[in-house]
This record gives sequence, C-alpha cells and structure tokens, in this order.
Amino acid sequence: MSENLIRLENIHKDYGGKQVLKSINLSVRDKEFVTLLGPSGCGKTTTLRIIGGFETPTAGVVYFDEKKYNDVPPHKRQVNTVFQRYALFPHLDVFENIAFGLRIRKTPEKEIRDAVSSMLKLVNLSGYEKRSVTSLSGGEQQRIAIARALVNRPRVLLLDEPLGALDLKLRKEMQTELKQIQTQLGITFIYVTHDQEEALTMSDTVVVMKSGRIQQVGTPIGIYNEPANAFVADFIGESNIVDGIMNHDLVCTFAGRTFECTDRGFEKDENVDVVIRPEDLKIVPPDDGMLQGVVESIVFKGVHYEMTVRSGDIVWLVQSTLPEVCGTHVGLKVAPFDIHIMRKSEAEDEED
Amino acid sequence: MKKIKLALIPYSAYALIFIVAPILLIVLYSFQDTSGALTLDNYLRFFDFSDPVYLKVLWRSIRLAFISTVICLILGYPMAYILSKLSPRVRGTIAFLFILPMWMNFLLRTYSWMSLLERTGLINTFIGWINGFLPAAVQIPSLNIMYTQWAVVLGNVYNFLPFMILPIYTVLIKIDQSLIEAAQDLGASRGRVFRKVIFPLSLPGVVSGISMTFMPAVTTFVISRLLGGGQNALIGDTIENQFKVVGDWGFGSAMSVVLMILILITMGFIRRFESDKTGRSVLM
Repeated sequence: MSENLIRLENIHKDYGGKQVLKSINLSVRDKEFVTLLGPSGCGKTTTLRIIGGFETPTAGVVYFDEKKYNDVPPHKRQVNTVFQRYALFPHLDVFENIAFGLRIRKTPEKEIRDAVSSMLKLVNLSGYEKRSVTSLSGGEQQRIAIARALVNRPRVLLLDEPLGALDLKLRKEMQTELKQIQTQLGITFIYVTHDQEEALTMSDTVVVMKSGRIQQVGTPIGIYNEPANAFVADFIGESNIVDGIMNHDLVCTFAGRTFECTDRGFEKDENVDVVIRPEDLKIVPPDDGMLQGVVESIVFKGVHYEMTVRSGDIVWLVQSTLPEVCGTHVGLKVAPFDIHIMRKSEAEDEED
Repeated sequence: MKKIKLALIPYSAYALIFIVAPILLIVLYSFQDTSGALTLDNYLRFFDFSDPVYLKVLWRSIRLAFISTVICLILGYPMAYILSKLSPRVRGTIAFLFILPMWMNFLLRTYSWMSLLERTGLINTFIGWINGFLPAAVQIPSLNIMYTQWAVVLGNVYNFLPFMILPIYTVLIKIDQSLIEAAQDLGASRGRVFRKVIFPLSLPGVVSGISMTFMPAVTTFVISRLLGGGQNALIGDTIENQFKVVGDWGFGSAMSVVLMILILITMGFIRRFESDKTGRSVLM
C-alpha cells in the first residue's frame, strides 16, 4: 500500500446537479507515468484538478502519501501543474517566471540562479532568461511552463493536455522529451490527453475514461491488445465492432458463421460485442477466406493502405501493406486470438 | 486607399478647426499683452517667485487633485476587485448602478451636493433631528465642510470615482483565471497571488484610472466654485476668471499653456511607466 503516492477513493464530483465524476478509484505509484485518456467531457481534467486542489470532490477521499489531502489548499500541495494554455505570467520575463515558485519559498538568490539555468538547460532553452514570455513560440512557452513547474522539485507533475496546441512534428519531439525528463528526474507524471497515440507512446499506465467513469486501467500494450469493452477498443486505435453470440467457451458466432476464439467464461448464447483490429484481418483469395466480400474503398495512409470490405450487411475496416483494386472479390481471415469478445456495455450503465 | 483618405476629410477638418486652431490661438495669445503687442510678461507674472499668488493656486489645484485621486484609488480598487469576483450577472447589475449617476449632468450632481452639505442642508437637518432624541451630553456635531477644501475633494471623489473603478474593473475581469491558479500551484497564498500576479497585471487599469481622475480634478472649476466658494479657487477658476471677468486673455492663455504642458508631461510619464511594465496600454 505504501508505494502508492496518490490514491483516489470513491471520488464523485457534481456540477450543478450534473455528475461529472462517478466513483473514481485510482492509485498512482511513485515515479509512475500515468495518463488519463478519454474523449472531451469524460472527466479527465476534473480528476486532474481534484489532485491539484483546484476542485473539491463532492464525495470521496484524496490520499497523498496515505495522508488525507482533501482540505490541503493548492499552494500547500507537493504537486505542480503544467496548464493547458501554459498560463505563463505575462508581466514577468522567462527567468522570473521560472523563479516564481522559488522566490515564494524565499530561496537564496544564488540557488535560484543555478536552479533556473539548469532547468533552462533541461528544456533546451539556455540563454532565454531575459526574453519576454509573450515573444516566445508555442513550443517554447510550453517548455518554460514545464521548467517553471519542475524547478520546484514536485513529487508529482500534473500535465493538462500540454501538447494540444502544438503541431504534429513538435508534438512528437516533445513526447520523447517529456518521457526523457520524467525518467531523468524520477518524478511521477499524471498526464491528461485525448490523443490515444500520445497515451500509448509515453505512459507506464493508461487510464481510459468515459462519462465520468474509469473504463480500464492497464499498460499501453495491455489496453491495446485486451480492451475491456467495445468503447476502449474503439477509442484506442481503430476497430471493427460487430454484434455476436458467444455459443459456449471458445466458440462464437458473428457475420453469419461460427468462429473459433480464445475467450471463455461467458453465459451460454450470451449476446456480445466482437472486436477485431483492422490490422488483424488478412486479405486472402476468396476461397481461402473465412468471410467473403468486395473491396469498396481504399485510402493510402502512409505506412499502410486502409480498405473497406463489404461482406453481407457488415463493412469491415482492413489495413494492409498491399493495395487491392476496388470491386475485387476477396476473402478475409482472422486468427482465433485476434477475435476479442466483450460483454455488451449495458452492464456499465445499470449502476447509475 | 483613396477612399480612406476621403473618409478622413471630415474629421481632419473638425480637428483642425476645433482642436489645432484653438490651441495655436491660445499659444499666440499667451505671448501678447492686452494691446496685442508681443511680450513674455504673462509668463513672468505667473512664475513671479517674489509674489507667487498664481503658483500657489496651481499648487493647491495639484494638491487637491492628488488627494482626490488617492482617495478614489483607495475606495475604487477594492470595489473594482470585489466587483470582478462576483458572478457575471450580479456584476453587470452593480456595474450598471455605478454608471447610472453618470447619465445625469455632473453640474446637477454637484448642485445636489450643495443642498446636502449646506449649513441648513439635508445632512445637518437630519443631524438636528437625531439630536432631538439624544441627551444634551451626546449631541452629534453638525457638519460644516461646505466652502472648504474638503468639500472640493468630496465633490471630486464623488464625480470621478466611476472613472477610477471602471478601468481597473475592466482589466481585472480580463485576467486569465489560469494565471491565478498557476500562482497558487507554485505555492503562493491568496495574499501573495494578489501582490505578485493580480496587482501587477492590473496596473494598466490603475494608471488609466489615475489619469482619468487626476486630469479632470486638476482642471475643474465648477466643483471648486460651487463647493469650495471663492477662497478655494483652483487654477481652472483663475483661468476662467481672466477670460470672463478680468478680460486679460493673454494671461489666461499663458496659464492654460502652463497647465497643458504640465498635463502633457504627466501623460508622457504615465505612458512610459505603463509601457515599461506590461507593454500594453489601455488609455493611450
């Protein structure tokens, strides 16, 4: 238990009668990189703000180092935040922005000078001390915001969609840099994003959220390969999700035929969601396929082609490195372990 | 481009006739004596240090305007701050109440202060009525500030307070909430957040507020005339007097020029201070 740095216990949050968070339970270990992932309005930012102390939970307890943290005001928490739109102080230059937290703690001038310049070095902006923050580019402002938070040596750094406003290339660079900084300094990061790729690239643990509830907690690989439900499967990467029936252990029916699969533990003939990743569907000659269909569209995506194949009522999304011509009859094949069976999501709404 | 130039003509003509020409005329008059001959006497008379009557009047004007501005700031800043913290609906209503008196002519408002402050005015009548119920030992003294400098200060504060509150309020509501959260996040208590973030960011509003109350207060003559009586004449009164009573346009113009230069210097000073601090400007 003691290795948990932050623990959220049964957190609820209402805004004017609307439930934003419903029973959030989450543990964050020391030095862990945790990402809260979900579509906008899922409650991920609210969760972060509760940890930062900017919101009070309607019910539930926040523990920090196993001490109750609910009533600790933000300025007394050993947590620092990188805000979505950076929130740099426009009346202070780069140096004073980074020194802000140290000055509040009455750090000696020399220490401040050293700490600020080593932070600037860490974010690759040495020599920027006297610049005005309003003259910096988005990426530079972002780095200053990170430096301003990290200079205080927080136990935990909260990041609220910090890369949202940057262009794709810069975003990728910053992802790598952030991960390096996190490993180098050994600080716990709690990171909020709606970008699934960002979450998978950087995190030790991904927490997928939807409508104020945690859907799944796991490693990036675990979440990608074994999504807990159709929502997670669809949100993390692209997926084919079709209705099916679980006849009995290891056998299921969908798209008009039975398939061998690897799941068990469902009720006999239970209605289920069947999830198949587009890259797990193989295009084969029609006679070799488990399903037969016609290629309807093809889009070049860089590393692969993305095709849609109509088979009966179902349109399958297929990724392949080899293109097919529209209108071609093809067969589709899938391995048993690539068929993911999920319980229908009604269960999740019953508790409301 | 040509169309823009055409559209500029009406205002340029207006500015030329009603702003530039009168200023040039005043400067010209200030170097003329009553017969129209060129002279420096008007200025020498104003800056006569052996008998500094007029310098004393100027000093009094600046002093009263300064006191009035400081009081406006002390009353106005907290008000603007509280206002900016209220919910948008309540905030709108209260801001409206502040502006409401400004819709009435300020001469009328100043006259109403006369009837309030007079020896037999509303306030003293009320005090007398209260005293009727009190034992002789605890009588409230009557208020006798009419025709004193304090009445002038009161008139200035009453008339110019909204001009202090509004620019500060406007700047305060525009401060990004996340800056305040960022400061708290970095360890600043409420008081520190105010001193290190909110107040510095509100300085442009404070500067506009100061110039919008100090300038009219230093040049007013109606308020000093009505509430201050003859013995508290300000520079505005004295200038008006030269034109309308004495008929010495030259001397009146010289005093106007001095006052104008003084205001220009103040504005320039304020402007530099403002751009140094934040690089943006509200008033200018």
